[in-house]
Amino acid sequence: MSKQKPELLQGNEAIARGALAAGCRFFAGYPITPASEISEILGRRLPARGAAFIQMEDEIASLGACIGASLAGAKAMTATSGPGFSLMQENLGWACITETPLVLVNVMRAGPSTGMPTNPAQGDVQQARWGTHGDHPAIVLCPASVAQCFELTVRAFNLAERLRTPVIVLADEVVAHLREKVSLPAEDELEIIERRKPSVPPDWYVPFKTDGGLIPHLADLGDGYRYHVTGLVHDERGFPTRRPDEVEPFFRRLFGKIRRNFGELEQVLPMALDDAEVVLIAYGCTARAAQAAVRQARAAGMKLGLLQIVGLWPFPRRAVEKAVLGRRAVLVPELNMGQLSREVKRVAAGRARVVHHGRMDGQVITPDEILNRIREFF
Amino acid sequence: MPPVSRGVVHGWLRHDKKFPHVWCPGCGLGVLLGSLVRAMITLGLDKNNVALVAGIGCTGRLPVYVDVGSVHATHGRALTFATGVKLAKPELAVITVMGDGDATAIGGNHLIHAARRNMDLTAIIVNNQNYGMTGGQYSPTTPLGARASTATYGNIEPPLDISALCMAAGAGFVARSTVYHVTQLDDLLAQAISHRGFGVVEVLSPCHTNFGRQNKLGSQIDMMRAFKEQAVRVERWAKLDGARRAGRFPIGVLARRDEDTTYLEAYGAMVERAMAQGREGQS
Repeated sequence: MSKQKPELLQGNEAIARGALAAGCRFFAGYPITPASEISEILGRRLPARGAAFIQMEDEIASLGACIGASLAGAKAMTATSGPGFSLMQENLGWACITETPLVLVNVMRAGPSTGMPTNPAQGDVQQARWGTHGDHPAIVLCPASVAQCFELTVRAFNLAERLRTPVIVLADEVVAHLREKVSLPAEDELEIIERRKPSVPPDWYVPFKTDGGLIPHLADLGDGYRYHVTGLVHDERGFPTRRPDEVEPFFRRLFGKIRRNFGELEQVLPMALDDAEVVLIAYGCTARAAQAAVRQARAAGMKLGLLQIVGLWPFPRRAVEKAVLGRRAVLVPELNMGQLSREVKRVAAGRARVVHHGRMDGQVITPDEILNRIREFF
Repeated sequence: MPPVSRGVVHGWLRHDKKFPHVWCPGCGLGVLLGSLVRAMITLGLDKNNVALVAGIGCTGRLPVYVDVGSVHATHGRALTFATGVKLAKPELAVITVMGDGDATAIGGNHLIHAARRNMDLTAIIVNNQNYGMTGGQYSPTTPLGARASTATYGNIEPPLDISALCMAAGAGFVARSTVYHVTQLDDLLAQAISHRGFGVVEVLSPCHTNFGRQNKLGSQIDMMRAFKEQAVRVERWAKLDGARRAGRFPIGVLARRDEDTTYLEAYGAMVERAMAQGREGQS
């Protein structure tokens, strides 16, 4: 894949560039640090492309507008931080049940409520999975570098369009504000996926019926396919239903389309894992510290490895299980009280020693800190 | 306006599976449904070029009956969904239908800002003075002293004047009518939909099942009769002194500013400036 000339880019800038590269034609947002740069950049670049940008009155409105734009056929994105993410949860649930493709970027910051703006934290891991109400699958991607901010934003749009679902890019303050030299792939070299639109005449269109692929074709509002979209549980024609023989298959399909694609969604980056005696499992900015710790540990003769989690939800249980079994210990460093480590413990199911290493003071976890902690296992 | 035949209205409804509707017998929402369809037909709209967006509650169920692109959004957020639809596809006529609780309580902020932007949308706000679907709790438009399931001792909150709020916030077209004044309602809806910017129609509608029952207002017929007696055409209203206005309200076009720039016009101009500056390649 050919690359463009190297640039010094910030994570948020790379997310905005990724959105443009993926074909984003609509952005609605409400300012909140540490996500504001995404709005600022797209507020410049989308109008210059003749596309839509709007700063809405709040985060609820922002996601609502993205949903409307997506139903009208535009690839849509919003960006926020934890408190705004909380406000978006009801509409996120609506997007899940209506299978509306869109991308939601959450740049995490420290603490519940206003917390410590804008110190780093990784406290929205479980909110990203379970924040909205009811049962629903979730796709959440976690960038750890500026290059990944670009790559995962493009991937988020592609997954959203292909699987007809909202996709969350879960970044953190450090990654979002990090500046790195990166060579982005040329836009014409990227694989860009468009949603599948119905090819049948409008009279034949059954909006939530699938052809066996579990993903119904999505007609844009105004394209002659006059159908109904509701947040109520609906039948194949999109009309509300409470018939058990329609409700149950609906939810099974909603989960099934994610489950069937699990192999592709399970995205991890192993580092020095093969002979590792102790394994780190990390994501986002903490994965960067973990990478450095692995290099330093190896130089000192300690067999330390890392499993970086990129696709956070659905949880990459197969990769995690493989990474933890038979090791002396597994350390999960993260900027919270144990939101990921409990998931690792669930997968390990008592078959491996899983230790959580959290930090909650608004500071990052350093490589030295990880090295000091792992010495107790060697 | 020439009358629209029943057969033509029939062609704009979703008969397959969707009828009978969910509303109580005598509810004004059926009247509004007919009125809205007649307005769209009178304007010569193409069914394929309409998006009907509603929130939650009795009124929120209206779009499902109309054979256009229809969206049953989250409570209070119809205007936000509609804003996205309109910006992504400006050629569509985007019409929102909300109840008083939907539009002015949970969605009050969105209403203010859609009006302030003069967003190119139509907002039909059905005012039945309470939360009907959830059992008749008080809403922002429940009259002072009226009873509701959450106002057993009488409502102590002064009611909100929806039309006045929309006018103050900057809506380019604001009108009010009732489901009793059907001919006028047809006309006002058509005017609001054809208005370039943000067009609002406040529609008073009886909720005899909850509001009427709790306040001993009689049957739906009695409540309709009250609308007939209390509503005064805005031209006449201007000539009434304070004493004769008591207990009555004006109906008709309350505000109309055709010269205001709409959001889409302003956005289009901005796109031209942005493209002229050639900033596309810069981050």
